Amino acid sequence: MTDTDNIVAETAERIFADLADAQTINHDKNGNWKAPLWQALTDAGLPLSWVPEECDGSGTSMAEGFSVLSAAGRAGVAVPLAETMLAGWLLAQAHIKSPEGRMTVAPASPRDRLKLNANGTITGRARGVPFAKDAEYIAVVASGIGSTSIALVEASACRIEAGLGLAGDPSDTVHLDSVKPVAIQSAPSGFDQNTLLLMGALVRSQQIAGALETMLGIGVNYSGERVAFEKKISKFQAVQHNLAKLAGETSAALAAASSAADAFSSGAPLDDALFLEAAAAKIRCSEAAEKGAAIAHQVLGAIGFTQEHILHRYTLRALAWRDDFGSESYWAVELGKLVAARGADELWPLVASR
Amino acid sequence: MTAALRFDPIRLPPECEQLRKEVRAFLAEEIAAGTFDPHKPQREDSDNPAFSKRVGERGWLGMTWPKKYGGHERSFLERYVVTEEMRVANAPVRRFFVADRQSGPVLLKYAPEHIKMDILPRICRGEVCFSIGMSEPNSGSDLFAAKTKATKTDGGWLINGSKIWTTSAHMADYMIAIFRTSPSTKENRRHGLTQFLVNMKKPGITVNPIAQITGQYEFNEVVFTDHFVPDDHMLGEIDSAWKQATSELAYERSGPERFLETYYVLTELVRAVGPKPDTRSAEGIGRLVAQLHTMRRMSVSVAGMLQAGKEPVVEASIVKDIGTIWEQQLPHRVRELAAFVDDSASNHATLDEMLGFAIKTAPKLTIQGGTTEVLRGIIARGLGLR
Repeated sequence: MTDTDNIVAETAERIFADLADAQTINHDKNGNWKAPLWQALTDAGLPLSWVPEECDGSGTSMAEGFSVLSAAGRAGVAVPLAETMLAGWLLAQAHIKSPEGRMTVAPASPRDRLKLNANGTITGRARGVPFAKDAEYIAVVASGIGSTSIALVEASACRIEAGLGLAGDPSDTVHLDSVKPVAIQSAPSGFDQNTLLLMGALVRSQQIAGALETMLGIGVNYSGERVAFEKKISKFQAVQHNLAKLAGETSAALAAASSAADAFSSGAPLDDALFLEAAAAKIRCSEAAEKGAAIAHQVLGAIGFTQEHILHRYTLRALAWRDDFGSESYWAVELGKLVAARGADELWPLVASR
Repeated sequence: MTAALRFDPIRLPPECEQLRKEVRAFLAEEIAAGTFDPHKPQREDSDNPAFSKRVGERGWLGMTWPKKYGGHERSFLERYVVTEEMRVANAPVRRFFVADRQSGPVLLKYAPEHIKMDILPRICRGEVCFSIGMSEPNSGSDLFAAKTKATKTDGGWLINGSKIWTTSAHMADYMIAIFRTSPSTKENRRHGLTQFLVNMKKPGITVNPIAQITGQYEFNEVVFTDHFVPDDHMLGEIDSAWKQATSELAYERSGPERFLETYYVLTELVRAVGPKPDTRSAEGIGRLVAQLHTMRRMSVSVAGMLQAGKEPVVEASIVKDIGTIWEQQLPHRVRELAAFVDDSASNHATLDEMLGFAIKTAPKLTIQGGTTEVLRGIIARGLGLR
């Protein structure tokens, strides 16, 4: 999808087109493209989209921010834009000003907890933290006795074990050993680690849906160029039906992600219906990533399986994003428990609540 | 880059929520009065003329049509709410559903004024049942191979041949059918078919019910022998039926009935596992609910875009493609998840019975009203592949 809903997303689209061309960056083994891209994104105020002006951000609306993330997904970019946006959003929940530079958030997995010590320091381990190695700051949620806090810590104050996700992007383990935060505030009432994970899940859903759009575009274009058995492969019914299925999965991901983004942007309270929106988006987008990536690769055949071709930039990233901020299995269990606890006759009212 | 797929995040407007309460209250009254059992998916007794009339009295038929034809000039989103609530409750909608969704809009567009004034208000009152005559013994998905012939005669047409798999023909007052008025041409194999309104109560029509694998008799063979159709019952342009069935199809393809047909097994599974499911059940239910929610959001989105005057033809076909596959797979997924449900669950027998029926129903869901293969062809055309 090339048409965008607003000027902020158009700006992002333009920057990605100019400075993150997939062919160019796929051949750049040294990552020389990253610095100019990050500079341009920063100059446009995009990493701090979700930070209000009084916290030194751009004060962009939630909805516009989500459309920046869709654009980032379509471009398959490997810079911590989504992570910095999420960190800025998290800090703003506690009115903590965002610093300049790259950020990420922790915990990024429901299995991990960070503990707020009595002396105000933070201890714990967070696994699968995206781009921690590249970040200057980490925005964290830490739990004390009967309280939740949001804090900003310097990445250099943590021990970071480097790891790589499926797409080769950093996915690191962050160890905090009585780290003294740069800033810390109580989280607003009702806000806990799960709120961060839900928002993270929603962010990843936008990106996955965007990546699927690009996979569909690549698949359709390739099928119109590649000739086999003396005709374009787009003329074979088997290929057409595969691409129609890919369009279906892309549509499901787009619909789930944009619905959840819209629900979150409306400022509605985090009730069961909003939980359904976010959890369903992550579950359905992740399922679509699996099916969609498989079809895109099938259509492109061997060439799509090479480092040389750009397809993997989208397929592997979409598959990797499934794991961040709770996998689809995790959210499905949480959603299933909620549905069961509400009872059979309350399922339809929940589904039909919007 | 391909043409953009759009699924705007449409929300139902506030008037829909009031309406939803009214529909739920009405259905609760009907259930209490014994009109139908919400735990029983549609069965033979789902033809209920008295219920149809009461739905009409509430103003829930022809909701979007002009008032002068008995309609209510409400939005497609309001109609959406009524449709989904009726489906989920397993209400007996068979008598009016096709007329309200499909046949009425065709008449609105193509029928002469006096026929509109005659029939549309009766649809709105829930008094008439419609069927659709498309398939023939040798033309199913290949619609334009239809052979049943309309031969010109004084003041009208004589129909000879047969339609098949015609849902509700045994109870229908009318049929909207396509008949061959000219041979197809070399340049256009779709040429030569014309749409007609058929009065099923007139002579020259024999309806033979066909038993389905579920044990039901929903569809029929309909044989025409010199059946007379008056000139003013021709709908639209002669030989040009192929031009007439595009934008309406978006409504037909994308409604809630395209993913809710087996929904009852999911509710019953949730009841059977109880408030504290094990991890396997919780994950299974969570995934199904996420998929259901997504389908509904897609379907509401298409309804909203149609209401806004857009033509999301490809999006509508996508909704039907993945919606029907979902409702087809649902009973099988529920069966897997129910495998370890405690035998003592109070609704165990009900769940088993529902699963048996849903599994038998499932194969038809990706065939009726346009097969998966046909839909994928339409989607592929929308993607620019054909």
